[in-house]
Amino acid sequence: MRAQISERTLRTDRWWLSPLLTVAGLGLISVYAAIRTFMNDYYWVGEYHYLTPMYSPCLSAECVPAASHFGQPLPELPGFLTPPIFIIPFLLGFRITCYYYRKAYYRAAWMSPPACAVAEPHKTYTGETKAPLIAQNLHRYFFYAASILLLINIYDAIAAFSGEKGFGIGLGNIILLVNVGLLAAYTLSCHSCRHIMGGKLKHFSKHPVRYWMWQRISTLNGKHMQLAWSSLIFVCLTDLYIALVASGVIGDLRFVN
Amino acid sequence: MGYQGNFRVWRGDADGGGLEDFTVEVNEGEVVLDVIHRLQATQAGDLAVRWNCKAGKCGSCSAEINGRPRLLCMTRMSTFTEGETITITPMRTFPIIRDLVTDVSFNYTKAREIPSFKPPKGLAPGEYRMQQVDVERSQEFRKCIECFLCQDTCHVIRDHEENKEAFAGPRFLMRVAELEMHPLDEGGRVDAAQEQHGLGLCNITKCCSEVCPEHIKITDNALIPMKERVADRKYDPIVWLGNKIFRRQP
Ligand code: SF4
Ligand code: SF4
Ligand code: FES
Ligand code: FES
Repeated sequence: MRAQISERTLRTDRWWLSPLLTVAGLGLISVYAAIRTFMNDYYWVGEYHYLTPMYSPCLSAECVPAASHFGQPLPELPGFLTPPIFIIPFLLGFRITCYYYRKAYYRAAWMSPPACAVAEPHKTYTGETKAPLIAQNLHRYFFYAASILLLINIYDAIAAFSGEKGFGIGLGNIILLVNVGLLAAYTLSCHSCRHIMGGKLKHFSKHPVRYWMWQRISTLNGKHMQLAWSSLIFVCLTDLYIALVASGVIGDLRFVN
Repeated sequence: MGYQGNFRVWRGDADGGGLEDFTVEVNEGEVVLDVIHRLQATQAGDLAVRWNCKAGKCGSCSAEINGRPRLLCMTRMSTFTEGETITITPMRTFPIIRDLVTDVSFNYTKAREIPSFKPPKGLAPGEYRMQQVDVERSQEFRKCIECFLCQDTCHVIRDHEENKEAFAGPRFLMRVAELEMHPLDEGGRVDAAQEQHGLGLCNITKCCSEVCPEHIKITDNALIPMKERVADRKYDPIVWLGNKIFRRQP
């Protein structure tokens, strides 16, 4: 018999604040991403060759030709199948199965548990032992896919230094660079990456290079939550900046050419 | 300067009980355990509380303070305001014995379910040779003082008594990880972690790491690496195939 305590929790601090902020943050970003996905416009700044990461790679025949850095293998598609529809499953899959985001939404959205030492409302609990949650074990495949998309984003960011008038640097370039920097840090700090690069080894002494990489990644991994949020928010800001420039609402701040 | 502090302490046993109010003197530099001792000495001579070292090293004085699993001896009174009522309750997850003392034998049962260190065949104690970098990683887990606050906090068993059978809890999944990462252990513990010790029940919500008084990164350094090892063996067809073809041991 446990001690009889009827309160769901005796915590007196604001334990509900963090789940609330998580739900609000993720909700807001989802709405923004959905709007931009179906807008299907203002993703490419022709003059400076800026391409938003949300539309990269742009693979269907309806894309602005110059924005399709990797050709257009897909035909013209019905309206709702916009270019991001082919990218988002991988990016979303990567983030949804991410160990950090799992913690965040299990707590904030599923309330399992809402906060430490606050009782969850569910009668039964099977964790990640059954379908569909057992599929969280596939995180590493999304890590591979996201790594490829990251390389494409890095290519785009570098290609953006050469606009219609040749080489140039604008605020957009800086934003695109910071964006891929944050995405790279987030992707490298992934727990699956840490495992694959060295964590799975039993004898570090036999693999000095992988041990070195594991140490570096472990340092980054300690900041995985911060990187998860900052990279997510910054992708949206990058996209917003490019949308604003592409639609002519603001001009790009140019430093060189 | 001392002041009169307000406390609510759970008193009772398996037959029932509840929170009782007390006003107790608090002096500068004290921890919650000091106040509990004063309460015992001046007002409630039969109050049951378990403690030993008063230095955060024996893991005896685990309880819940304002609803948060903590060591009584490591919670400074200076973290509360003078007017605040401080609620002290026993750990919720384990059966109550009396007042602040619970029966933590669940943890000893779970500890016994983990097969001990298995050295390579033909290697006798005294002949073990290991590189420092190889043993280093699991040293972190040896800081554990067995306070069982992580076990108390983990919602898998805290909120679901029925899971106790299937789930070893963070402290003992960490023990499995420690052995699995040991350079000389040949216990082959990955499948058992999932099938016998209930690793799949953990949803990595990190409450164990949040309450650990030794600041062991239980989730990041033990549970998630074990989940990745399980994924290697059970859910990753590519690694599985590679291991089959090359007959390799990672
Ligand atoms: S991370 Fe896992 S083991 Fe730790 S408290 Fe959460 S569910 Fe329990
Ligand atoms: S891991 Fe930390 S919280 Fe858990 S029993 Fe050990 S010291 Fe206590
Ligand atoms: S754990 Fe977060 S991206 Fe892999
Ligand atoms: S009395 Fe030993 S840890 Fe508190």
